[in-house]
Amino acid sequence: MTDETNDTKPPVPPEPQAPAPDAAAKPAPARPAAAAEGAPAAPAPAGVTGATGNTGAAAAAPKPAAPKPPAAPPKPAGPKPTDASDKPLVKALAEAVPGAVAAASEFVGELTIDVPPEKLVDACRHLCARESFTYLVDLTAVDWKERKPRFDVVLWLHSFARGNERVRLRVAVGEGESCPSVTGVWPAANWLEREVFDLYGVPFGGHPDLRRILTWDGFQGHPLRKDFPVEGIDTGAAIYPEAYPEGGGPGGKDPNRKVLS
Amino acid sequence: MSQSLLYNVLIPVTKAVVCFLVVALVAGVLTLIERRVLAALQIRKGPNRVGWNGALQWLADVVKLITKEDHVPSKAEKVVHLLAPLLVMAPALTVFAVLPFGPDFSVTLPWIGKVTTPVHAAADVNVALLLLLAVSSIGVYGIILGGWGSNSKYALVGGLRSAAQLISYEVPMGFAVVAAILMANSLSLVAIIEAQRKAGVWFVFPGLIAFFCYFVSGVAETNRIPFDLPEAESELVAGFHTEYSGFRWAIFFLSEYANMIVISTVATTLFFGGWLRPFPNVAWLGFLDVVPPMAWLLLKVCLFLFVYIWFRGTFPRYRFDQLMALGWKALLPISLGNLVLVAFAALWGAAGLRVLGAVLTVAFAGGLLWARLRPARPRGTTSMAGRPAEVRV
Amino acid sequence: MSEGTPGTAALVPPPEEPTLLGLHEMELNFGPQHPATHGVLRVVLKVDGERIVSARPDVGYLHRGTEKLFETETYPMVIPHTDRMDYVAAATNNHAYCLAVEKILGVEVPKRAQYIRVLLDEMQRVSSHLLWLATAAIDLGAITPFFYTFREREVILDLFEEYCGARLTLNCMRIGGLPVDLTPGWVERTQAFFETLEAKIDEYEDLLTENRIWKERTVGIGVLAADRCVAWGVTGPVLRAAGVAWDVRRALPYECYPELEFDIPVGKNADTYDRYLVRVAELRQSRRIALQCCDWLAKNPEGEIRGKVPRVIKPAAGMAYASVEAPKGELGFFLVSSGANKPYRLHVRAPSFVNLQSLPEMIRGHLVSDLVAVIGTYDIVLGEVDR
Repeated sequence: MTDETNDTKPPVPPEPQAPAPDAAAKPAPARPAAAAEGAPAAPAPAGVTGATGNTGAAAAAPKPAAPKPPAAPPKPAGPKPTDASDKPLVKALAEAVPGAVAAASEFVGELTIDVPPEKLVDACRHLCARESFTYLVDLTAVDWKERKPRFDVVLWLHSFARGNERVRLRVAVGEGESCPSVTGVWPAANWLEREVFDLYGVPFGGHPDLRRILTWDGFQGHPLRKDFPVEGIDTGAAIYPEAYPEGGGPGGKDPNRKVLS
Repeated sequence: MSQSLLYNVLIPVTKAVVCFLVVALVAGVLTLIERRVLAALQIRKGPNRVGWNGALQWLADVVKLITKEDHVPSKAEKVVHLLAPLLVMAPALTVFAVLPFGPDFSVTLPWIGKVTTPVHAAADVNVALLLLLAVSSIGVYGIILGGWGSNSKYALVGGLRSAAQLISYEVPMGFAVVAAILMANSLSLVAIIEAQRKAGVWFVFPGLIAFFCYFVSGVAETNRIPFDLPEAESELVAGFHTEYSGFRWAIFFLSEYANMIVISTVATTLFFGGWLRPFPNVAWLGFLDVVPPMAWLLLKVCLFLFVYIWFRGTFPRYRFDQLMALGWKALLPISLGNLVLVAFAALWGAAGLRVLGAVLTVAFAGGLLWARLRPARPRGTTSMAGRPAEVRV
Repeated sequence: MSEGTPGTAALVPPPEEPTLLGLHEMELNFGPQHPATHGVLRVVLKVDGERIVSARPDVGYLHRGTEKLFETETYPMVIPHTDRMDYVAAATNNHAYCLAVEKILGVEVPKRAQYIRVLLDEMQRVSSHLLWLATAAIDLGAITPFFYTFREREVILDLFEEYCGARLTLNCMRIGGLPVDLTPGWVERTQAFFETLEAKIDEYEDLLTENRIWKERTVGIGVLAADRCVAWGVTGPVLRAAGVAWDVRRALPYECYPELEFDIPVGKNADTYDRYLVRVAELRQSRRIALQCCDWLAKNPEGEIRGKVPRVIKPAAGMAYASVEAPKGELGFFLVSSGANKPYRLHVRAPSFVNLQSLPEMIRGHLVSDLVAVIGTYDIVLGEVDR
């Protein structure tokens, strides 16, 4: 099942997935030979601790662009993101909130605007109040383990008044950094942000009640991070430290236990 | 053997024991009947495995409940927790002492000779109704204490609901009963039945309103749907008996059924002529006397019990404040007003009762007819948005 | 709970009412094991007598890390996992996921497959709404409708079983189409069932719609006006009962919905009763759609059921979001592909999860008994809330 995972969209740090239409090769997945398995671990940078990652996350291609991927076969070419910074909505946003639009792209008909974290709330207020994006459909995050601002917090907005138009905001947030909360704009963000906080460990500044939501309160770790093992961790250690010392919980001594990531 | 020993000790004890056994048995069987009737209402089969078509299911349940663990929560008020079921059961059984099941009954016993005794558990008490109301309202203590003693919030809320509910519905029930007393000029249940024979009309006709008030209050007193708030299972898990298990739980359960029987029997006695056949004074209906009086009583009681089960299969549950509003704002004024009406009719004697009965019956039948004939209400309608989604937010 | 409900605390300050008689509020732990929480929802209530001062829902008791699992499975292998989220409406879960992948792949789903998908969706909607009706009625003490609705639900599950072998976790869609074609006679049986459904819906309405107690328990309970619904992201019947005729099937059409005729039922008062009416009306509309699909399928008994999908599914790198109108509301899948054969990230926009957030606002000031009605009115499935 571990099929090689190729580059995960090698990030250009400040504006992830910059529109750069020229980078034809860029999203074209590296796909370093289906040989995969054994070999690919090799190029993995330090952070990756060896084992056969079946998270499909590992082995992101080296940072800068992708000069070396061997002969990117055009097989999964599919659609490419196109620049969309001249859309009226994007222009209006850039005008109303200076600096709010770092980049804008369109992919399979979906508009994505990259917003710097510090401008997020202003941009959201603008979109909600002026552009009638009153309905926050979804808010979640993506973990780009190897990228510098590690996480993307992704908001997906809907406007009833604009004929069911939708737009995605993407905010790059570094590890340990906090993302401004948009609960003041859409109450609906409340649980969704808690979920991101719980599963990714991205704190939201200004959130009224930032607690874990899906895992239990004493849980340690953030399960949806790519370096969190799929089979889980010893949660017993956190509750019953005397009965389950760190690393000694159920399955801790299992020789077959794989440490992923 | 002295007559007094016979009449004061032996016969009452025998009757009490028989009555106790019969009530326990009937309450048990009633659970089976309820399940079968409900099943019929709900297009399913119901218990049909134990015994012939499930006829012994109730017995299996009893055995199961007796052998189950009698669990007491560790932080419970132990004594209260253990005694509460008995406090509910005792009044439920005590009131059977004064309920009349039939006219005097004679039997010839060996060595003793002919013995004539009323078919009562104990006696024809001349303040039977008062006793009945007084004793049956003691049962609420058991529920409150059971709820409180369990040291569970759900049980506590259930107990409190029960206290409020039972006390509230005692009042309209009392007034409804008073209407029957006015018509009969007596508190004795036997006298009330005899009065119905003399008046030539069941008191349900002149006392139609009182009867409805009585029965609705009765359903509320027994904590049955739609008034089963103290044990509302979807809200309070199981209400006051949340923390009970095994046979103590079964005692609560049995008491509820015993109370249902009491309410049905009293309703029959006060308003449906007890053991009398329909139209007791109409001579040409004399062939109905083939059916023994106790069978008539049983038939009527069963009818009420069926109505209980029917309610359960049909109604949703009231909310607490709505229940209180119904009791205090609807039943109480209605039963009070009815009291005035009945008092005037009773002043006029049997004729007055007949006239009032006729008027109420006609009005009731007319109401039913109107409800039947009036145009059907529109089904619940929502507006439909056609093609374009026009509403904008 | 000092700031009671998460989120609302900052936005809608809870009214500081003194308790009756100046007594202490009692904290009541409603769930996670409770007959009326439809699973393992826990609501921590502060009650003043029976009046709810504040409610704090606590979810996560059924969290299984499904989204983590998605990342370890290849694209087709994800489908069975989606069944386990809203486990009473598996077909719509499958559907939303397939749509998301197809969106990046750019696969055209054949017409016949579209109609079958829509038919399966609508059957699922009917079965889900029937289950809702049954449980909502039981919550309010009416035990009988349960058996009547299950009579019909049973038929639908039988039909599902005949089509894909499963009754609940259907796994009945594939990326680009469907796993198998219909069995002979299935369309006729489905059509026959939907023909009779109308009379059955009338039966449920006879039991409840004009029932006085039912109305007393539901009218005016749990009102959440349209603007609040939108602010909280509430969708589905709850939003429509507030008068907003918004339905993903119409607003963001997918598959063959534009070719089908149906109305969007909307309520007026945004209360529990209107939600009941809307759902019952949706049963009728679903029936209408299903009959149209049956007609079409009867006329077109042959045809492709899968589009041109590569053997190994590797969508291009990028992100896409696709949603369907699930019985509970807008169900969306947010897919981030890295170009590999597994989703890099797959997030589920679960309607139950988002809707449930508004519970504290909806329930404030009501009685404990109303909490049961209000939880029932959301039609939540905890498998979807906790994922």
